Amino acid sequence: MRSAASADPRSEAAGALLRLRGVGLRAGALDVLDGVDLDLPVAGRTVVVGPNGAGKSTLLAALHGLVATTAGTIEGVDARGAAWRPRLALVFQRPVMLRRSVRANVEHALAVAGLPAAERAQRADAALADVGLAYAAGRPARRLSGGEQQRLAVARAQALGPDCLLLDEPTSSLDPAAGAAVERHLMALSARGIGVVMTTHDLAQARRVAERIVLMHRGRVVEAGEAGAFFASPRTALARRFLAGDWLD
Amino acid sequence: MDGVAASARQAVGLMLDAEGALWPIVSLSLQVSGLATLIAAAIALPLAAWLALTPFPGRGAVVAVLNALMGLPAVVVGLLVYLLLSRAGPLGPLGLLFTPGAMVIAQSMLVLPLIAALARQTLEDTLAECGPYLRSLGASRLQTIATLLWEGRFSLFTAVLAGFGRAAAEVGAVMMVGGNIDGVTRVMTTAIALETSKGDLPLALGLGLVLLAVVVAVNAGAFGVRQYAIRRFG
Repeated sequence: MRSAASADPRSEAAGALLRLRGVGLRAGALDVLDGVDLDLPVAGRTVVVGPNGAGKSTLLAALHGLVATTAGTIEGVDARGAAWRPRLALVFQRPVMLRRSVRANVEHALAVAGLPAAERAQRADAALADVGLAYAAGRPARRLSGGEQQRLAVARAQALGPDCLLLDEPTSSLDPAAGAAVERHLMALSARGIGVVMTTHDLAQARRVAERIVLMHRGRVVEAGEAGAFFASPRTALARRFLAGDWLD
Repeated sequence: MDGVAASARQAVGLMLDAEGALWPIVSLSLQVSGLATLIAAAIALPLAAWLALTPFPGRGAVVAVLNALMGLPAVVVGLLVYLLLSRAGPLGPLGLLFTPGAMVIAQSMLVLPLIAALARQTLEDTLAECGPYLRSLGASRLQTIATLLWEGRFSLFTAVLAGFGRAAAEVGAVMMVGGNIDGVTRVMTTAIALETSKGDLPLALGLGLVLLAVVVAVNAGAFGVRQYAIRRFG
């Protein structure tokens, strides 16, 4: 586990990919993920967009290994194409706040991850200071505002020292100011070399945050590529309709 | 009416008499029910955690049976324990029948399903809330159980208090396996039943008031714990 607050870019993560080939997840008669082929850079900022039910959250869960896929493979490879397993941490749309203090929430995650007890408090305090929650370290986590809870969730995840953070609509239930604070922090983490893969419904946010875009619809990847090009000249009709704000059938 | 008032005055007098007949009975009652609740909780909480976390065929039926056992009639438990501990029973050689030990066993059996069923529901609800997060951390089964028990600690404490309340207020089982022997196995509930039948209303009334106070204190404690938890931890 690397340091939470002052993580240096990892040479391993630069150029590394999460490689998805034919990934599917069938739930009953529904293909939640359907033949997903994707080379997802571990470093940098990737934003997954798409309408409700597109499979964005499931894709993140599958990347993390939280749900078992029913088809295809997901593997990590380094810049040379050799097998490499990136460390991933997941932040949920509605963060789970344990019934204990803010600091104890971070320490719990570190304890589960196997960090020695002597190092947990220091690591937790560093992560909390990094997200601007040092003032709330002793407060009950469930008493924080929505924005503070989401920042705590990010602190908890980054304290684990991941190569890449997976965030499922991290700002969807926050007011603009709280959402902006989370966004700024994610940009800062990215600048330090921690990859960010997040889902969002908010195209304006996607424009601000994304270096790469993945557009999903009905469990499939419709388009994936560099964000500037995606927004300027989408290649597919579906992407053009999505950017124009049309309903996607 | 005058008779009741006189009995009430005598009951208060008995309660104020530290050396009188009332307090040894109260003390034994609290010891028996307290120990029975601790033993039941020590078995029920791990059982509840296992049930909450372990999918297996027939689990729904097991949960349904456990829930049904919350209403287990005390006299049925008394009968079962009597048969177990009687001289001809499998545990007869232990010589526990008509001892406080037999009463502890009976009350433990009575409240175990209650604590287990309430705790299982608490732990399942907590698992539904925290499970995906804990899985995302890669928590082991033991880490998951420890986290769930800690997260549900206030509701679990309330479940244990509910178990104690049922044990302390129970009369049928302890009467059957304890025998209501003066100075040995006489507890509040059995003493109230006996003294009322003998017409010794002051002692019955005094014990009744103490029992009522215990039940109220337990419920107030449960309520207080819940309020504290909400205020302190959200």
